[in-house]
Amino acid sequence: MNRTIERHKNILEFSLSSLLRRKTKNASLLAIYTLIVFAIASLLFFLSAMKREALLILKDAPDMVVQRMEAGRQDLVPLSYAKEIAALRGVREVKPRLWGYYYDSPSGGNLTVMTAEMPAGFIKIGSGVSRLRRATAADVIVLQSYDNEVPLMLEIEEVLPYESELAAADLVIMSELDFRKLFKFPQGHATDLALTVANPRELSTLAGKIVDKFPDARPILKSEMLRTYDSIFDWRGGMMLVMMIAAVLSFIIFAWDRATGLSAEERKEIGILKSIGWETSDVLLLKFWEGAVISLSAFFFGVIAAYVHVYFFSAPLFQPVLKGWSVLYPQFKLVPAVDTYQLGVLFFLTVAPYTFATIIPCWRAATIDPDAAMRS
Amino acid sequence: MNMISLTNISKSFHVGKASQFVAVNDVSLDIEPGKVTILKGPSGSGKTTLMTLIGCMARPTSGRIVLSGMRAAWMASEEPAGVEITSLPERFLNDIRRRTFGFVFQQFNLLKGISVLENVMLPAYPTGEDHREFAKRAGVLLEQFSIARHASSPVEWLSGGELQRVAIARALINDPSVIIADEPTAHLDTALSREFMTIVGTLKKAGKTILIASHDPIVFDSPLADRVVEMRDGVITSSGPKP
Repeated sequence: MNRTIERHKNILEFSLSSLLRRKTKNASLLAIYTLIVFAIASLLFFLSAMKREALLILKDAPDMVVQRMEAGRQDLVPLSYAKEIAALRGVREVKPRLWGYYYDSPSGGNLTVMTAEMPAGFIKIGSGVSRLRRATAADVIVLQSYDNEVPLMLEIEEVLPYESELAAADLVIMSELDFRKLFKFPQGHATDLALTVANPRELSTLAGKIVDKFPDARPILKSEMLRTYDSIFDWRGGMMLVMMIAAVLSFIIFAWDRATGLSAEERKEIGILKSIGWETSDVLLLKFWEGAVISLSAFFFGVIAAYVHVYFFSAPLFQPVLKGWSVLYPQFKLVPAVDTYQLGVLFFLTVAPYTFATIIPCWRAATIDPDAAMRS
Repeated sequence: MNMISLTNISKSFHVGKASQFVAVNDVSLDIEPGKVTILKGPSGSGKTTLMTLIGCMARPTSGRIVLSGMRAAWMASEEPAGVEITSLPERFLNDIRRRTFGFVFQQFNLLKGISVLENVMLPAYPTGEDHREFAKRAGVLLEQFSIARHASSPVEWLSGGELQRVAIARALINDPSVIIADEPTAHLDTALSREFMTIVGTLKKAGKTILIASHDPIVFDSPLADRVVEMRDGVITSSGPKP
């Protein structure tokens, strides 16, 4: 047992000296390899963290949202719908919601406006809006109302806390009165209805009943919202992945060439090792360690760098692609969410192929007769 | 008891093809332990092939080679009648080769880019021996051959004579009982060739069995040579007097 461990230790030690002989070649290979792992691991970490954030946001989402459609487009919902839906068996609560988007021409940003129980003339804003307008609590913000009359002067009651940045960066929360004034929003209507139900398993039955009653209604279940978030991030992730494929492919070609193309010198060295008493399995073990040292180092350096990039610096390299296009970028720190399964897959896709690609071409060279070196 | 005993050894290459040729033809020879045996003959006479067969690097096409006075890791005890190595599986053959033989090649066959010390330790790496043990032994050998000051230098910085000494130190790292040297003076000038023979004398004194293939008079005319076996066209033309 001890001899086996010693043998591995000795051969590993020699493989390190052996790698150092081709410093430039192996260092450049390690750098490219690390970069690829870094890019893919960053993507995985980023998507995991974003999905986690999205799930946290949706945790408090209503069980169902009911919209009204007009010629296939979303339209305002009459409050009479709310009363009738509330009367359906299984519905616990129906809350008409008022929300919309306000294009802020001075800054060029698009703000999400929502309502809450609060006094008229006051607003709460997300930190993105605060940065954009360079305004903080007790400052006054002016918004141009849709009726082109006197602009709305709204005092900032609070800037929403940093933790809610991802969801609330572009948010403006105001009273219902101010909201209706701002958008000239008709009385007796809401943007949509938020439903809470007694038994979430009855959601689809309930949705069917709502559509039967109001054929122009579109019920959206919580699970559908989750799916949408999922596919948005998957799609963006996929887009990023497509961009990376070129890089990955070029690396594979490079690595394959490096790993498979045994130089005459390497062949000679294998011959020498065989002639001085190394067995075929010793030579393969040496080549295995050489491949494993490169690929494991690249994997660990890449994953650690990706972790720092995503969770300490909030993935500055990927933000424009992965978080969408906006004037109002949220600024926030992602909470580490490591998907071990994905990381495992990444490990096997990066470490295993390279290591084996290094061994296979050596197999033929390592099976030469030891006397070949004697004749060279 | 003979250390190495060859009986009717033949080695053919490219068997069954038009290019088939017999490199060693029906050779029988006994090599005494602790003696210096020289295989003398022109290029292509079969010296190197015969040495690869003795050194367990290749198998003969026919005939038997028996090694005595050695004990491999897989053997319960030393076989009094010796071990017939020609029929052994590769793994056992490798073990015998590692423990029994040390090789000095014509081209030295040292690995470039790694240090002198690492080159010397190279045959010991896969044995599973404690690294400190064989590193210590390598240090002693480098001292013995006056190349300790070059221990950490890459081999390509060394002169021909120093390379030769590194190659000999490497051959000795596993403390083999037999040293096989193939044309060891082919790339050395007269002074260095004599220096090599001095080292051979030291090894002989240490009780090593030495087998040298050479057509250099400095080697085969040396008083150190106990027996000179002459070969031509794969056969022994003169086996010299037994020491």
